[in-house]
Amino acid sequence: MSASQKKKKTVSYNKWGYIFLLPFFLIYCVFSLVPMLSTFYYSFFENYMSGLNTIGPNFVGFDNFIKLFTEADLLKYLENTVIMWLLGFIPQIAVSLMLAAWFTNNRLKLKASGFFKTVIYMPNLIMASAFSMLFFALFSNNGPINMLLMDAGVIEEPIHYMSSTWGARGLIALMNFLMWFGNTTILLMAGMMGIDPSLFEAAEVDGATSSQVFRTITMPLLKPILAYVMVTSLIGGLQMFDLPQILTNGKGGPDRTTMTLIMYLNNHLFSKNYGMAGALSVIIFIVTGALSVLVFKMLTSQREER
Amino acid sequence: MKKETSRLSITLNKTVRYVVLIFFTVLCLFPFYLLFINATRAHVDIQRGFSVLPGKHFVINSLNVLNNETILILRGMINSVIVSSLTVVLSIYFSVMTAYAIHAYDFRLKKAAFNFILLVMTIPTQVSALGFVKMITAMNMKDTFLPLIIPAIVAPSCVFFMKQYMESSLPLEIVEAARIDGSGEFSTFNRIILPIMKPALAVQAIFGFVSSWNNYFTPSLVLTKAEMKTLPLWIAYLRSADFTKFDMGQLYMMIAFSIFPVVIVYLVLSKFIVQGVTLGSVKG
Repeated sequence: MSASQKKKKTVSYNKWGYIFLLPFFLIYCVFSLVPMLSTFYYSFFENYMSGLNTIGPNFVGFDNFIKLFTEADLLKYLENTVIMWLLGFIPQIAVSLMLAAWFTNNRLKLKASGFFKTVIYMPNLIMASAFSMLFFALFSNNGPINMLLMDAGVIEEPIHYMSSTWGARGLIALMNFLMWFGNTTILLMAGMMGIDPSLFEAAEVDGATSSQVFRTITMPLLKPILAYVMVTSLIGGLQMFDLPQILTNGKGGPDRTTMTLIMYLNNHLFSKNYGMAGALSVIIFIVTGALSVLVFKMLTSQREER
Repeated sequence: MKKETSRLSITLNKTVRYVVLIFFTVLCLFPFYLLFINATRAHVDIQRGFSVLPGKHFVINSLNVLNNETILILRGMINSVIVSSLTVVLSIYFSVMTAYAIHAYDFRLKKAAFNFILLVMTIPTQVSALGFVKMITAMNMKDTFLPLIIPAIVAPSCVFFMKQYMESSLPLEIVEAARIDGSGEFSTFNRIILPIMKPALAVQAIFGFVSSWNNYFTPSLVLTKAEMKTLPLWIAYLRSADFTKFDMGQLYMMIAFSIFPVVIVYLVLSKFIVQGVTLGSVKG
């Protein structure tokens, strides 16, 4: 086959690349891109319900954004979201690093590691809203947890978890931790198993202890995947909604200390305050967008290495 | 002597590790254990105190849930199954198609298209929620399943997974051979590529089904009629109901109805799933 013939052939097939991409991009434009752009458009209008009357839409420029930062509690809700994410994420990354190191350590030869992995990953697949409802029932004032603690003599009076700020935040963080530490463990294990085994062997010959190996070999080589886990977790954390929404019945109680950004957005959507909802969406987009670019860079640099 | 102490320290080390592992296992399983126990107990027993043993109300509680005329859990379950199944079919079929377009063909916008998909992957759906709700209201699609199902065609993380899988197990010689045999591009895709992708399809089918089954945010904006609600919406409804008047046995049973189907499927397929977690993500 001559070169020109071959070239002609590839050209005639390659239009299929576009044809096969068409459904994805068409549906993306209709159901994601256009709604997103119109959301941004609404952010510049005053448009809400006052009683039964609709106010607006009137063009107000950046007023909604200014209102969000001055009159509304945007920063408070951002703070709530980040605090609850951190409360879950810090123990999550610590426990996951530890477990992943154990599971991949050939010297330890832990038995039943398949069983443990199966169990710790399970909560990740549970319906977050149902999980949250379950926790609400279990930790209610006369729920099983309080009864168990009272039977065991640990406490005299039932603890009112849901009416204390740190109780409610703690429960949300605990659920987040339970749902994600198994997933993170498995991701970190994949990273650790990708490290050249001869490095570990050399360290063993030199008489390094497990903790020395972990600090000087595993951790530095794991940095890229750790960064990836952290940024994707933060993006997920900023979208935190189901757990606090169900646990607090959308109120973010006590005193809106567990109200997250997306719960705030959801409230505006249901009260039909479209201007504010739009402005809030733009802010969430900018924050997660910046983080997304970070993830994107990590993914592409990893691909180019191969 | 020295060897013996080191062996002793290894055994000790191992014991500590097993204790820690068992602690986390219990932590993960305990909520579900309590759920199971309480779903089998009568309201009065639950109010009276804590129990480690199941009660005898499993059947009664189940029947109460199924016969409840305000909270239509069974209807919700059927709706969830319909939405999740259709979502999965669309998302895996079109994700393979999208990944295949980028994997098998050379065209000018190939790299740009793939980068775009990667970038879209991490943009949260919530930021377009306002425009989405307004649009589907204008299109008269509120209280239908269509706005939940059709967007499933766009599943960037699924595309990424499929692309990764193709790189490792879809040699392009197969496509060439099919062309020589006179197979058209579209039928090559349906008859040759899809079957090769079966293992990847299975993994993504599980993840896709579960994430649609668990989805709460978007359905809550789209579905308002009782007979259209999916399970997570009923869970939210439960939470907003007056708790003091509620039969707790029934309440736990309703939660169990939304959690245990996934748990059972997971236990059957766990090997697949745990392996699948790493396949779609970065490799260090």
